[in-house]
Amino acid sequence: MTAPTRIRATLKEGATELRMLLAHPMENGLRKDAEGKLIPAHFITELSVRRNGELVLAADFGPSISTNPYLAFSLAGGAVGDEIAVSWRDNRGETRSDTIRIA
Amino acid sequence: MDRRRRKVLKAGGGMGIWAALVATGIVAPAMAEGSRNVAAFEARTLDEALQALGAAAAQDSGAIRIVAPDVAEDGRAVALTVSSDIPRTEQIAILIEENPFKVAANFRLSGAMTPTIHTRVKMARTTRVHALVKAEGRIYAARREVTVTVGGCGT
Repeated sequence: MTAPTRIRATLKEGATELRMLLAHPMENGLRKDAEGKLIPAHFITELSVRRNGELVLAADFGPSISTNPYLAFSLAGGAVGDEIAVSWRDNRGETRSDTIRIA
Repeated sequence: MDRRRRKVLKAGGGMGIWAALVATGIVAPAMAEGSRNVAAFEARTLDEALQALGAAAAQDSGAIRIVAPDVAEDGRAVALTVSSDIPRTEQIAILIEENPFKVAANFRLSGAMTPTIHTRVKMARTTRVHALVKAEGRIYAARREVTVTVGGCGT
């Protein structure tokens, strides 16, 4: 089980400012643990952000994105009640989707 | 469109159908999910990565800004902002030249999105950061050096 994505959305001067923190180890598969064993690759490969069901940002990640990826950007427009959904998939096929509503 | 996608995926199963939707123009290629540039993300040299992204002959642009600390104390999480003033920016890619895997992310932007992205990246050591912007089928590039005091071990 993975932890939920923390999503913050604020309406500001006709725009929606989004900040999100995804819970993920983002292992690149080249690091070794204390016993010298290779830690298998485990990182988010795809991310999508939707507003009221419409895709507003799609991204592909590599393992050079930091552990627990952080992302912030802004969208034109927006209103109270808008639904923001953040979904990701990782290289092991695990997925997670979290949704908030702008208050 | 999403509902249709689900149905089609269920019916046809997997990437093939998704690619077909892109090909038929039902889904705009730049925004399509499942269009990961595998070659770019697996590239272990900068040249391979740039080649795979179609950026081998990218034009340098002053309209791309990379904001990063001059000196990063901790290479495990370096705050990075990439902004593009190039009209109709469709994609923004971030590459970390000295990392084992060069491409950190490739963002496909909708028209609703302001072309500025804030994120955090790992840096194995002092490195150049490359930002690539795709707009109207052309690719533009900018670079910036970041000195790293303590590398993001193995990154």
